[in-house]
Amino acid sequence: MKFTMFHSIRGGLAFLGAALLIAASTGCELRRAMYDQPKLLPLQASDFFEDGMASRYLVDHTIARGHLEEDEHLFAGTVDGTMVETFPFPITTEVMKRGQERFQIFCAPCHDRSGSGNGMIVQRGFKQPTSYHDQRLVDMPVGYFYMVIKNGFGLMSGYAPQIPVEDRWAIVAYIRALQYSQRASLDDVPETMLAELEAESTP
Amino acid sequence: MTQIFHPSANTLARVSIVAGFFSIAGLLVLGDALQKSTYVTEVNMPREQVVPFSHKHHMAMGLDCRYCHTSVEEEAFAGIPPTRTCMNCHKLVWNEAPILQPVRDSWMNNKPLEWNRVHDLPQFAYFNHSAHVNAGVGCSTCHGRVDEMPLVHKQNTLYMSWCLDCHRAPENFVRPRDQVFNMAWEPPADQVEEGKKLLELHKVDTSNFRMLDCYKCHR
Repeated sequence: MKFTMFHSIRGGLAFLGAALLIAASTGCELRRAMYDQPKLLPLQASDFFEDGMASRYLVDHTIARGHLEEDEHLFAGTVDGTMVETFPFPITTEVMKRGQERFQIFCAPCHDRSGSGNGMIVQRGFKQPTSYHDQRLVDMPVGYFYMVIKNGFGLMSGYAPQIPVEDRWAIVAYIRALQYSQRASLDDVPETMLAELEAESTP
Repeated sequence: MTQIFHPSANTLARVSIVAGFFSIAGLLVLGDALQKSTYVTEVNMPREQVVPFSHKHHMAMGLDCRYCHTSVEEEAFAGIPPTRTCMNCHKLVWNEAPILQPVRDSWMNNKPLEWNRVHDLPQFAYFNHSAHVNAGVGCSTCHGRVDEMPLVHKQNTLYMSWCLDCHRAPENFVRPRDQVFNMAWEPPADQVEEGKKLLELHKVDTSNFRMLDCYKCHR
């Protein structure tokens, strides 16, 4: 009889433990249900569709609302099928800065920051693109650069999925600036910006 | 009549009171420690992936975060690149490497790569990448030095208490917008004053504890 109390304490502890465990596990289960709710997030997997993807492609021959690309100049870089010589919107300093930033994100890996076509990816084995400073490309209308960004050219993929339409034009503007930069003289620099240029060129 | 309790039961009873207290307290401490352990938080545990994609390697090549995570400045979801983005370069570079076979299979068969999620926020918390990036919260503030991670691991728990550390005092963490994607950014000596100026500049309203409203994240 001397172990009776011991047994009951152990029993009590076991009961307490079991109760805690049940409470904890149901708690966890409820918490999990809140963690992973029956909704689908972008790019999540789903076994509802055969291809295992929750995100769906557009149905063939349909256009999403607001995505009808009517403005040929803006979306295709052409007017009546001819490559445009002009930009579809005014190029301000702000647009140019945006173009520079986007150029350095998306284009510089291959074309390098000066546009001569010797970027890091080229150094690692990609085919070298033509330099922007090549006469053929200097003479090309802006619509040509837009079309190449959008649709790709040769081995270069089209960048339409990665770069929204306004940014493509901003990049084209910056490419034009790069081209000018290699052919400009100090006299072309506005007087107000000479000091800035001077400061940047001093090592 | 024999005694039901042995004299030692007295001691046992006393001990059990103390032990009971300590064991419950111990359980709570243990539970808390478990919640904060890497076993649960997965902090610093590199995630296995079908393709051992190295952020470190790709960023050393000079690629910007936004080359692949294209929607980070405009949308809630930063975006996981489609296989197409990989193929931009890998149709020529390392195009026979066995390590990239899953990428080529994905491209040829039009089947997405199945990446394992590293940062899996509970779905009752709403997080928007663009809101944070435009407010001047840098990538590395939450994700750590991804440019030094061959395989990505979680740098922070993403627990609510961790989020609140910044929501209580964002001036300690915000940086200029043009530094958001700079992985190596370090806060200046006068971060708090600079931070306050930046919050004003980025139009972050911290008045009336607005950044601590429940509905900011739980909606």
